[in-house]
Amino acid sequence: MLAYYLRLALISIRQSPGLSLLMVLAIGLGIGAAMTTVTVNYLMSANPIPHKSDQLFYVQLDSWDPHQAANENGDPPDQLTYRDATALLAAKKAYRQVIQAQIGTVVEPEGKDSLPFQVSGRANSADFFAMFDVPFLYGGAWSEAADTEQQHVVVLSQSLNERLFGGKDSVGQKVKMAGDYYQVVGVMANWQPRPRFYDVTTGAFNEVEELFVPYSLLAEPKISRNGNTNCWKPSGEGYPAFLNSECVWTQMWVELRNDNEKQQYLDFLNAYASEQKKLGRFSRPLNNRLSDVMQWLENQQVVTEDANLMMVMSLMFLLVCLLNTIGLLLAKFLSKAPQIGLRQALGASRQHLFAQYLTEAGCIGLAGGLLGLLLAWLGLQGVTLLYGDNMKGLAELDWVMVLLAMGLALLSSLVAGLYPTWRACTVQPSQQLKSQ
Amino acid sequence: MFELGPIFRALLRQKVGAVLIALQIALTLSIMVNAIFMMQNRSTLMARPSGLDEANLFYLSNTVFAQNYPHQAALQDDLRLIRSIPGVLDATQINAIPLSGGGWSMSLQKKAGEGEDGTGVAVYMVDEHGINTLGVELIQGENFQNTDIRWRAASAVDWPERTIISQAMAEALFPGNWQSALGQTVYINNNEPMQITGIIKTLQAPWNGWDGVERSMLVPYQLEGRNSRYMIRTEPGRRDELMPIVEKALAESDKNRIIRGVQSLEQTRADSYRSHNALNRILLLVIVVLTLITAFGIVGLAMFSINRRKRQIGTRRALGATQLQVMRYFMLENLLITSLGVLIGVAAAIGLNIWLVSQFELKPLEPALLLTGVIALYLVGQLAVLYPARKAASIAPATATRSV
Repeated sequence: MLAYYLRLALISIRQSPGLSLLMVLAIGLGIGAAMTTVTVNYLMSANPIPHKSDQLFYVQLDSWDPHQAANENGDPPDQLTYRDATALLAAKKAYRQVIQAQIGTVVEPEGKDSLPFQVSGRANSADFFAMFDVPFLYGGAWSEAADTEQQHVVVLSQSLNERLFGGKDSVGQKVKMAGDYYQVVGVMANWQPRPRFYDVTTGAFNEVEELFVPYSLLAEPKISRNGNTNCWKPSGEGYPAFLNSECVWTQMWVELRNDNEKQQYLDFLNAYASEQKKLGRFSRPLNNRLSDVMQWLENQQVVTEDANLMMVMSLMFLLVCLLNTIGLLLAKFLSKAPQIGLRQALGASRQHLFAQYLTEAGCIGLAGGLLGLLLAWLGLQGVTLLYGDNMKGLAELDWVMVLLAMGLALLSSLVAGLYPTWRACTVQPSQQLKSQ
Repeated sequence: MFELGPIFRALLRQKVGAVLIALQIALTLSIMVNAIFMMQNRSTLMARPSGLDEANLFYLSNTVFAQNYPHQAALQDDLRLIRSIPGVLDATQINAIPLSGGGWSMSLQKKAGEGEDGTGVAVYMVDEHGINTLGVELIQGENFQNTDIRWRAASAVDWPERTIISQAMAEALFPGNWQSALGQTVYINNNEPMQITGIIKTLQAPWNGWDGVERSMLVPYQLEGRNSRYMIRTEPGRRDELMPIVEKALAESDKNRIIRGVQSLEQTRADSYRSHNALNRILLLVIVVLTLITAFGIVGLAMFSINRRKRQIGTRRALGATQLQVMRYFMLENLLITSLGVLIGVAAAIGLNIWLVSQFELKPLEPALLLTGVIALYLVGQLAVLYPARKAASIAPATATRSV
C-alpha cells in the first residue's frame, strides 16, 4: 500500500513542480537554520565527562570583601586564594582533590638550531590526571611526593612531545624551561574535552594546555601565571606577601562519590570558613559552594547568550517556514478536490485518502530534510568562517544531529500536513462530481 | 467603496488561507523588528571609538627566558631601536592592549580608606611617549615628563604620584563637572594618593563588554617583568610594511627573548567584535530569507485562490470590470490580510521583545523601528501579490462562458 501511496505522491509532486519546490525549500531552509543553531548549542552544552560529571565538584569559598559581594548575584568568587587552596589540598578530605592554575612558559629545546618557544601550560596537583580521566600515551601522572617535594617533573601533551622528541617515548628525558630542567614523567594521548570544563575561567573552548607541572612549584615566582587574578584587597610587597594575600587565582575540584561524601565535604568547607573567621578572614556570611560539572558549566554560562538567542530566532524561523508549508499544502490539496471526489465515489475510504495525502506531505518533508541537512552543513561552515577559532569543534554535524534533522523535518511536515489532509478528506464527492 | 465589503465577505469564506498568511506576516514582523533592533544595538557598540589611531598601530609581545636579564637596560635599548626605524612615529611599552580583552583594572576613590566608594578603571602603564604613540587626544593638563616615569618591579604594590585619566573617568569621579578633576588627588589601593595631572578625550578599556569601557587611566610606569608588550605607531599607510621589519630588528638585536604575537590594532578590533559581527551577519541573512519565504508564501496562496476563482473573475470581467479593477481587488485583499497580520505582528513583536529582554541582556524596542517594519511588510505584501494579481487581470471574460 505504501508503495502505491508513494507512487501517487510522486505523480502529484510532479504535477505541480513549482509549488512542491517551494514547500521543499521552505522546510529545507527552516530545518537548515534550526539545525545549525541547535548543533552549536548541543555541542556547547555537551557533557564533557558523562560517566562522572555528577561526582566532580567545583569548590567555591566566599573569602571576598565584607563590604561587597564578589558577583552581583551574590555568588562567591569563582576562584580560591593560594592559601585556602593549599590548605584544602593538604587537608585531603575528599576522595580526590586537585588545585590548579594556568601558566605560560618558554621551552628551550636542546640543539643549536632550535629556537626557544612559548607554550601554554598548567600547574596542578597530582590528582588532576586521575580525576579527569586523562589518557596517557607513555608514562603517567606524577606522584603525590612530587607535589610535596616540589619536584621538577612535567607531563607533555602529545603534540608537544611530537615537537620536542619526534613522538618517541620521552619518559625520563629532560625539558629545559625558564632556566630549569624538568623530567618528563608522562606523555598524554590526544585529549580535548569540550567544553574544556576543568578551567572555564580561561575560556571554555580553548585548547588543552601543552604541558603540566606540579602546582607546588608556584611557591616560587619562576613560572609565570597566565590566568585571571582578582583582588579585593591590596596585597603586600613581594611574592610571599602575594601568595598570602586575598587575591584569588586558583581553581579547585574535588571528587566525591556519593551524597554522603558531598555533605561531609560541604560541612568541612563550612568548618574551615568558620575557623578562618576566627583569624579575621571570611567576614561575609557563610556562602561556600560545591557545583558538579554540569551545574558549574551552567553557572559560568558556557553556552553563550548569543548561541541561545540565535537558537530562539532560528526556531521561530522554522515556525514561519511551517506556516508557509501548511498554507501551500492546503492550496495544493484543495485544488485536488475534483480528483478526491472522484476517488471517493469510486470507493476509496477516507482513511486511505488520509494516508495517501499524509504520505505526500511526508515525502516533501523528507526532501526538505535532506535539503535542510545540506543547508545546515553549509550554515555550520559559515558559522566557523564567521567566528573563527571560537567555534573550533563546535560546528560539526554528528549522527545524532543528522537523525534529529531528518526526524524534525518529517515530523514538521506531517504536522503541517495534518490540517490540509483533513480538509482534503472532508470533500463532498457529490458536489465535486456535480460541478464536473 | 473599493469593494471592501465584498472582499471582506469573500475572505471570510476562505478564512484558513488568509489566517495562515496573516500569521506568517505577524511572525515575520516580530522576528524582523527584533532582529533589526539587535543588529542596531550591536552596530552602535561596534561604532564606539577606541580613541586610538587604530589604522597605524600595531603591537608585539616580548618574552624573556634568560636568567639574570638586564630588564631595564634592555627595555631602553629596545625602545630606542624601534623609534629609530624609519617610518616609525613613536613607540611605548604598555601593559595591556585596548580592545584585546585582557588587561588590568583598579579602583579609584575620592576619599582615602577602606570601604569608601570606588570607581573601577582600566590601567595602562606607559612612559612619556604613551600619549603620542596611542594617538589619544590630551584635552587638559599635561603629558608625563621623563622624570615622572618609574620602574615597576614584578610584584610591586605602590603607585606613582601622577596619573592621566580619560574624560569619562573624570566625569564618573566628578559627575557634571569633569573639568574639575584636573589637579585633584584620588586614592588607589584604598589609601595611596595619586594626582590627576591630565585628562584625555577617549581611551577605551580592554574589555568591550564592560559597562565602564570608557573609563581608563594612564600611569607613568615601566614594567620589569618577563612578559611585556610594545605598542608601535607608524606613519600613515606604512604599518603593514613595518610590522615584519620591527619584529626582525628586535629578534636579531637580542637572542635572550622571543618576539611574538605581532598584531595590528585593526585585527584586534576585528577579533574583539568578531561575535557581534558574526551575529549581525547571521541576523541579516535570517531577515532576508524570512522575507523571501513569506513573499513566496503570499504568491503561492494568491495564485491558488485566483485559480479557484477563475470563473468568478471571468464573470466579473464579462460584466464590465476592467483589468485594473480586478488587480485592485487582489491588491486590496492582500492589504486586508496584511493588516490583520501586522496587527497581530505588532503585539507579537512587543511580546517577543519583552520576553527577550527578560531572558537576555537586551533593551526594549523603539516604536519607530516597529513602524518601519510595518511599512516594510505592507510593501512586501503588495509586491508579492503584484504578479498573481496581474495574472488574474489577464483572465479572459470568455472564461465565464466555459464550464471548467
